[in-house]
Amino acid sequence: MTDPITQSQAGAGGAGEDPPGRPAVDVARGGPGSSTERASGFSLDVDRRGIGDAFRGYWDKIRSGDPGALPSILGLVILALIFSQVSNRFLSANNIGNLPGQGAYIAVIALGLVFVLLLGEIDLSAGTTGGICAGAAAQALNQHGLRHGIPGASFLYWIVVGLMLAAAALGLYLKARTGPAVVLVGVIITLTGLDKYTVPAIIFAVSLGAAVGIFTGWLVGKVGIPSFIVTLALFLAWQGVLLFLLNTQPIGVNGYNVWFQLAHGNMSPLWSWVFTIVVAGGYLVYTVVRSIRAQAQGLAAEKLSLVLLRGGIILAVAVVITALANQNRNTNPFKVINGLPWALSVPIALMIVCTIALTKTTWGRHLFATGGNAEAARRAGIDVTHIKVTAFTIGSSFGALGGVFLASATGGVQLDLGSGNILLFAVAAAVIGGTSLFGGRGKPRDAIIGALVIVIIPNGIGLRPSLPASYQNIITGAVLLIAAAVDALSRRRSAGR
Amino acid sequence: MSEPILEVRKLNKRFGPVHVLHDVDLTVYRGQVTALVGDNGAGKSTLVKCIAGINSIDSGEIVFEGHPVTIANPSEAARLGIEFVYQDLALSDNLDITQNMFLGRELRRFGILHDGQMEKKARETLTSLSVRTVSSVRQVVASLSGGQRQTVAIAKAVLWNSKVVFLDEPTAALGVAQTRQVLDLVRRLADQGLGVVLISHNMNDVMEVADRVTALYLGRVAAEVQTKDSSVAQIVELITSGRSGNIGLAPAAVNEGI
Repeated sequence: MTDPITQSQAGAGGAGEDPPGRPAVDVARGGPGSSTERASGFSLDVDRRGIGDAFRGYWDKIRSGDPGALPSILGLVILALIFSQVSNRFLSANNIGNLPGQGAYIAVIALGLVFVLLLGEIDLSAGTTGGICAGAAAQALNQHGLRHGIPGASFLYWIVVGLMLAAAALGLYLKARTGPAVVLVGVIITLTGLDKYTVPAIIFAVSLGAAVGIFTGWLVGKVGIPSFIVTLALFLAWQGVLLFLLNTQPIGVNGYNVWFQLAHGNMSPLWSWVFTIVVAGGYLVYTVVRSIRAQAQGLAAEKLSLVLLRGGIILAVAVVITALANQNRNTNPFKVINGLPWALSVPIALMIVCTIALTKTTWGRHLFATGGNAEAARRAGIDVTHIKVTAFTIGSSFGALGGVFLASATGGVQLDLGSGNILLFAVAAAVIGGTSLFGGRGKPRDAIIGALVIVIIPNGIGLRPSLPASYQNIITGAVLLIAAAVDALSRRRSAGR
Repeated sequence: MSEPILEVRKLNKRFGPVHVLHDVDLTVYRGQVTALVGDNGAGKSTLVKCIAGINSIDSGEIVFEGHPVTIANPSEAARLGIEFVYQDLALSDNLDITQNMFLGRELRRFGILHDGQMEKKARETLTSLSVRTVSSVRQVVASLSGGQRQTVAIAKAVLWNSKVVFLDEPTAALGVAQTRQVLDLVRRLADQGLGVVLISHNMNDVMEVADRVTALYLGRVAAEVQTKDSSVAQIVELITSGRSGNIGLAPAAVNEGI
């Protein structure tokens, strides 16, 4: 047997270093291996990744089927250039400042969908789930507490509470803990009548969404109905439930300040700066510290120059955006509008939480593994049903919050809130951002960037009244098709290796 | 010869009326590669599944490190230190090598994944197995060749200080050079003191890497021979007819069939 130490020290292409008498090993060296196979001794781990390597590594990533955020950012820039020609108002501070409020609901629903899409499943009902959750919250505010009854269908309240308790029990049976806890918080809020206040009412909406998600996840993960069918059925059913909840009367929410501010309000300039420094500065510091520590411990690490460049660009962009946002952008001279919109900072904060959950916890790792190869995950001892239930719970909870944002943006809970194209726009946002519909690949970041692409299209077209609205769907469809084509082509390339 | 690390004695398994395993004995020694050969349907996979705890056993016993054990499910086998590398590799394409090697048994610190420690351990394990074909333990498995994947799957089994490793057709889908790498790795596992069971149809592989061969014929052990005392022709004969010269099953048993 060849000495293991000699073997491990043999460098790239060091075919002559093996002791004589084992010609077969030389065959392996000279054999038709790929280029990665010829490099040896963890050469990539020993060499630190610099900027040049990062570009090369990125190119390899594109070739291996993971184009990342580049296509969507490129698409965003191209669309922005086109619309800046369509109307000179497009790039005005006022218009840019309106974008987050118009698109936050898509971003939030898409954030939740990323978890479901990572498993290779789909949740078509996230939008209408948002509809019933926002509807329940609005009715609770309208009636000074949902327990005072839903007009026209007073029995419905106890059905809702009973089903929420059942969903919490179901979640515990499926070994989920956080989801049932959120549901129980909602039950307590509504039983104590706290839901006459805006913030508890919105929390109640989210916990109702969690209950719906546990139910959906149970049907998909445990009962084994394809998620497309389950959520298609629920997509239809929730539209009817919303009519019950509203007693076929739309409810306005502009009067509830916190709710109204979600899509229309801004952080104060001071807090805008705090937010920017904490998020973008924190990212820079975190990646720099991680790089230095990994290098000290001899782990695979990115070069400091690369980390500084990337973090610096992000920080610089964030600072410029914040500085511009803190200028008065109101065209009306009597009122000052400045600061970062809540509709921007809330989705970004949620995105950070989601990213940490996906990349830093065992649960997130298992979610990726299940999406990549469910059988392998099962053999590794991962409870695949539990993972599916939790993913759908998150999807529906974010759907509920998305519904709240949508109601805020449109001024109230309409009879068809969350139906129509809304869910499909959210799926499109995730896919345009780079999340794969086949599962196993995607990032929370994708949802934010994709939502920006989706929302910029109606915004840009709306600025020139002579352009018919029909262009909106055609352009959105074309953009989605291009994004899906990029996904499919990169998949095929990676499979063909 | 030292104590066997794993011994299967008089194992019987029926699927309804079909008697799949008849009084099967299998002995695995530390530091040796035991090849388990047999034609399709001879009962190799069933035997492995019985040991893995996927199938129950009807009678017979499994002795591990001198103590009789019952293995009711795969995690019990893992707890004893028996690992299985299946033919259809149980790897997630979208995770990197380190993440795959620790899948389901991640290391954590303060409730957060301890990626640095996992990466170090993965690299140590691969280095201890003299794996030189992988350029980074942070490479995504989707970008690996078949041989590299097999290497990762085997290294995953070794990572947990396992004592016995079952390899189901590890070279079935590999080219010449990659087969070479995997066979070298199999040999190195045994040289590190593990008991290795190699299930294979490829007689060249078996003759080259195995110390002992257990041949199954229609659910019975036809013979257990030392590779150095036997030839490919002899083993092939044992596989196809259950007998070779004066070794193997008695003619009556051969003719009985199932």
